[in-house]
Amino acid sequence: MASLNAPVAGIAELQATGQVARRQRISRLSRWFLLGVSLIGVLALIVLAYDTISNGYSRLSLDFFTNYPSRFADRAGLRSSILGSIWVLGITITLVVPIAIGTAIWIEEFAPRNALVSLIKLNISNLASVPSIIYGILGLALFVRFMSLGPSILAGALTLFLMILPMTVIASQEAIRQVPDSIRQGSLALGASRWQTVRSHVLPGALPGMITGLILAMARAAGETAALIMIGAFAFIAFDNTSMFDDFTTMPIQVYNWTTRPQEAFRQNAAAAIIVLMTVVLTFNIAAAVLRERFRTN
Amino acid sequence: MALEHTDGGDPGLRQMYNRPMKRLSERVIVFTLALAAAVSAITTVSIIVVLVGESIPFFREVGLGEFLNPSREWQPLFRPVQFGVWELVAGTMTIVFWSLVIAIPIGLGSAIYLSEYAHPRTRAILKPLLEALASVPTVVYAYFALTFITLDILRPILGDSISVFNAMGASIVMAIMLIPTIASISEDAMSAVPRELREGAYGLGSTRLEVASRVVFPAALSGIIASILLAIARAVGETMIVAVAAGSTPVLSMNPLQSVQTMTGYMLQVGLGDAGRGSVQYTSLFAVGLTLFLLTMVFNIAANALVRRFREVYV
Repeated sequence: MASLNAPVAGIAELQATGQVARRQRISRLSRWFLLGVSLIGVLALIVLAYDTISNGYSRLSLDFFTNYPSRFADRAGLRSSILGSIWVLGITITLVVPIAIGTAIWIEEFAPRNALVSLIKLNISNLASVPSIIYGILGLALFVRFMSLGPSILAGALTLFLMILPMTVIASQEAIRQVPDSIRQGSLALGASRWQTVRSHVLPGALPGMITGLILAMARAAGETAALIMIGAFAFIAFDNTSMFDDFTTMPIQVYNWTTRPQEAFRQNAAAAIIVLMTVVLTFNIAAAVLRERFRTN
Repeated sequence: MALEHTDGGDPGLRQMYNRPMKRLSERVIVFTLALAAAVSAITTVSIIVVLVGESIPFFREVGLGEFLNPSREWQPLFRPVQFGVWELVAGTMTIVFWSLVIAIPIGLGSAIYLSEYAHPRTRAILKPLLEALASVPTVVYAYFALTFITLDILRPILGDSISVFNAMGASIVMAIMLIPTIASISEDAMSAVPRELREGAYGLGSTRLEVASRVVFPAALSGIIASILLAIARAVGETMIVAVAAGSTPVLSMNPLQSVQTMTGYMLQVGLGDAGRGSVQYTSLFAVGLTLFLLTMVFNIAANALVRRFREVYV
């Protein structure tokens, strides 16, 4: 079946023939085929980036950042949407940090092992897969109408907070689980109480993972459009936000607004706004990735 | 509960960790933490209360029969007013179908390459790049679907046989969005397959492709199916791409060249409009939302059950 070729003194090379050779050739080709398939995704990313940047780059200017939206494409700008985004995300993060970390600590360190707690854990993982527009509807009915907050920054922040809470809790849980038990054991052996153990040993150890999860959740919130449109944030905002009860708009909503206008010039604006938005989102993601690498335990 | 982290678990240690808390301050702290956890429980209850509660007036006025009747169209705004939800569901399913047709081969191909063929250095570059696709905000994909895909590619090629708002553009971009979901979960499932299975196959003379397709792929099948179910759930719930690119014409058809409306697209349309508070348009929003919620929940529960199964079998 195999013939022996000996091209160099002393070294014998086994050469496959027939069926075996065919199978090996197919396998070798498959490597390149599958690499090509994998690169389709990367290609899409590159095309998306190139198309957007080339369309929008010329629109980026100081005016673009300091102008309010306008009926005239060349006069329209991102000012109110940037401020709105900052306001909403600021309040969202203030709400998420204590509640998400508190929930994760309770589940991992203090909760008793019973059916109710298992239900809560299952519930959190189900909540993480609820579409964002449903959170928008929830926000509309609960915060905008029932609590009469109107389409305000506070209502938007509460809606986004509920939306990113499950994924942040799950990430924090993972971070807490990474802390080795020996640390807890040592602390307890020295007489510390459970809370002292958590506060002084578990939390600091879990903190990098928690912060990574938080940054990724904020990136998600920064790009969210549907939920905020549902609570009524799609308005023509031509003033600076000064209170959390103001009406507002955000960068992704502005992108949506400009994308759906028929005039070509507005789509250029949209491309420019996407450049700004993607810079923010990418910065968040890279920060989270760097943090994860630096604190990775082996 | 705490201290399941170590294997086995020293019973004496567990007792120590569970000894009743003496100090009041400890109990207050733990109570506060439990309150934090209650937020998530309250969220689910609120979602159900809102969706069901606000849908009840709709079903009282329109009736479940009309809603589920396949021969009724979805026409809430113009006379004659009809509320057959199947057109919206069909719109959603059209987009989901066509985007999976593209996303599954690419996602699985990428997963197989990453798991079975890639050099660790290639992996270290390729995997983060694919995951970068997952972090792009959906409104950016929406812009891309309308401008580049439809206006710059599909229209020039297909001319007037494809309308400006069509399901194909949205599906292509939705597929790009779904590739990381399918690729990363399938790749996890394939990596979980024990090395011994591969080594046995190699030892018997299999080529790399044969090992990947006849040993690893079937072994990882439950994880792969889970990834597809999760992708379906994401596609069903996705709003911005379809709202911008797919249009707002409810039809009962799988034709990707024409405009369709999905459940999420309709919900966004109501949110953008000014439906008065008690009007049937306003309550229809919640009825469609309830349908959407139940649909995504079904896929997510199925996917999670499968994920648990593939984690158990090998670990």
